[in-house]
Amino acid sequence: MKKTVNIALVGVGGQGILLASEVISRAAMLAGSDVKKSEVHGMAQRGGSVVSQVRIGEKVYSPLIPEGETDFLVSFELLESLRYADTLAPDGTALINTQVITPVTVSSGQQPWVEDIEARIEKAYPNRKLMDALKMAQDLGNVRTVNMIMTGALSKMLDIEESVWLQALSELVPAKHLEVNLKAFALGRGLE
Amino acid sequence: MTVEKTHRRVSGAILNMSENMKFLSGNEAIAHAAYKAGCKVAAAYPGTPSTEILENVARFKDHIYCEWSVNEKVAMEVVIGASLAGTRALTAMKHVGLNVAADPLMTVSYTGVNGGLVIVSADDPGMHSSQNEQDNRFYARFAKVPLLEPSDSQEAYDMTIQAFTISEEFNTPVIVRMTTRTSHASGIVDLGDFTPLPSNGRIYTKDITKTVPVPAFARGMRVRVEERINALREYANSSRLNRIEKGSSEIGIITSGITYQYVKEAFPEASVLKLGLTNPLPRDLIRRFSESVERLYIIEELDLFLDEQIRAMGIKVEDYETQLNIGELSPFRLKQLRAEIYGEPAPDLPSKGVGEGLPARPPVLCAGCGHRSVFRALNKLGATVTGDIGCYSLGTFKPLDAMDTIICMGASVGNAFGFEKAGHNNKTAAVIGDSTFFHSGITGLLNIVYNKGISTVIVLDNRITAMTGHQQNPGTGQTLMGEETKEISIEQVARGVGVDRVRVVDCYDMDEVETAIKEELDAPEPSVIVAKRPCILGYKLRVTRQFEVDFDTCKGCRICLKLGCPAIELGDADPEKPKIRKVKINPVLCFGCSMCQQVCTFGAIKDKVLEEVSR
Repeated sequence: MKKTVNIALVGVGGQGILLASEVISRAAMLAGSDVKKSEVHGMAQRGGSVVSQVRIGEKVYSPLIPEGETDFLVSFELLESLRYADTLAPDGTALINTQVITPVTVSSGQQPWVEDIEARIEKAYPNRKLMDALKMAQDLGNVRTVNMIMTGALSKMLDIEESVWLQALSELVPAKHLEVNLKAFALGRGLE
Repeated sequence: MTVEKTHRRVSGAILNMSENMKFLSGNEAIAHAAYKAGCKVAAAYPGTPSTEILENVARFKDHIYCEWSVNEKVAMEVVIGASLAGTRALTAMKHVGLNVAADPLMTVSYTGVNGGLVIVSADDPGMHSSQNEQDNRFYARFAKVPLLEPSDSQEAYDMTIQAFTISEEFNTPVIVRMTTRTSHASGIVDLGDFTPLPSNGRIYTKDITKTVPVPAFARGMRVRVEERINALREYANSSRLNRIEKGSSEIGIITSGITYQYVKEAFPEASVLKLGLTNPLPRDLIRRFSESVERLYIIEELDLFLDEQIRAMGIKVEDYETQLNIGELSPFRLKQLRAEIYGEPAPDLPSKGVGEGLPARPPVLCAGCGHRSVFRALNKLGATVTGDIGCYSLGTFKPLDAMDTIICMGASVGNAFGFEKAGHNNKTAAVIGDSTFFHSGITGLLNIVYNKGISTVIVLDNRITAMTGHQQNPGTGQTLMGEETKEISIEQVARGVGVDRVRVVDCYDMDEVETAIKEELDAPEPSVIVAKRPCILGYKLRVTRQFEVDFDTCKGCRICLKLGCPAIELGDADPEKPKIRKVKINPVLCFGCSMCQQVCTFGAIKDKVLEEVSR
């Protein structure tokens, strides 16, 4: 039986993670797979950490990824990538947006910043891809497209045809924002 | 840096999917089920993880009357009325909400229903967003009503529809018990023929022996409740809601709800008795299953609801040491249990060793939130503060550090009065939000007036139910169905229950807030302070003002950081005194509330020129 593919999207409230995981789930569904998605709502809007898990396979039971079995960790923020390091499988891949959103505990002086963050990322993730999705989104003229750039980058690692992704996007992104989001997706997908 | 090519085959092309295949959360699935089942009335009070049920029912508002009720008890009473009148009706609430609605629940079990009546209870194992993790399956036993436990979105849809049928067939309300993981996880749902079932034409006929449980009638109802539970037990034994999935006869597992999914993952070879209808238990089926396996295990999230009942039947159930009854379960926790059962080494989670000392990202009151000035003043005055349920529970933590207690919705008011009557020798104030005040603060306030108290109640009035994602309430002037309605004034309510000292303050005026609290704490009679500022997130308010720090004037005293505002950050060091770091204001977050300017004793925080305000 084909193995279930486990994807965890992590970041900070407001980065569009929930839409990204919705697009991934929709694409998987359109491609004929079973899919489950799990996220905890609550105080995310107030600057907290956000995690959304998507599992794709022939038959998916648990909506939660077993600890240590994530295949793709898609981190929308540099620090958050480390918070979930132990959830990634030893042969898993990390896609990391290098954007930093300073936690209030650091900006207010309650806790120190992690000075060796790059070294830790190198240690934790032998398979990794770092990208400045914020810069790319700014160049596109819309900082809210970080999520679709990340989704595009992930899409290359999954065996779902491009046309399926485009259909998922067009179904889920409001028409007036579709064009820029399609561009963002293509940009992420085109990254080497 | 490169990434290894790790293509994994998922699937090929787009399938021809039926229009009615949807990707839905459990909560969305329940809303769709309400529509499909021809439900006509739905009522709820928001509460995580149940809120999206009614939000999604509102998508079908052309077919279903739906409302945010002022609390869960009222919601329950509304749907009971609708059911007795002959329509199908649904209410939804978080687990602790059912405590509020328990009074009508216990008796509607006796009266029974007319139109199908479904009560959704969304429990929160792991307390992602709750103050306790009570297991509401016991409510079904307590009230002697059937209990359905969906394990995914498809079952949430199918079982909710079936719950209406069971309700009418057995003349009983039915509890559908969700958990955070079934409510908020999404899966593919086949909606089937998605047209509402026609009304089954039930009409209301007056019958006081059915709907008036005075003792003479209630005694007969009591007997019928037992007859009903016996009939339901027969139904449970043969219903497809409960099914055996035959595997190895070596190990048999009885489970229900979301735990079923984890069992399938951790014990793919085992025989499983999957229970969908868990009250009353299908005793014959359980006995048959237990006889078909060598070793029987019961795996359930939270309390020993199935376990104790099945052991009480005299069935031999294997013990295990792995602790499962606290917190949310996961596939990993069941793999730990598996290791114990098979005598294998415990699964280990190799740590990558990079998580040491990562700064936390706790939720905080938003920049510009009006609540902040009230907590700042209460902290400064050293008051004892009885708190309540809402965003403002964040006022508990440093640096605001201004809340002593939280018990349940509305408790702040009665708690403050209790402190007063106990002779507590510190000034005590209750802090409660507008929606929570409408929910259950009003009765506590009436009690203070009636019993000659002098407590001070502060209502943080941001005109929205913010914590659960900005729902309408009696103070917003809008209903769930998007209609305009009367906007209830908290000042008028307070005066109406007999409070003479009612003051309204602007949260952004810190002196006014502090003076009012100080004076009302000293006042020898009950008082209400309504602290007003609309929720900036809920009303998507635009920034019209912003502030910046004058680097040379700032002394680095950090008094502004005591506001706990996420927009205020430590910046560069003083070039002459490198140990002193000055503050700066993050222009992406600053909402321009001016509280930092008001607390700065050096005048270092200045208005930005308006043209520079870009948001």
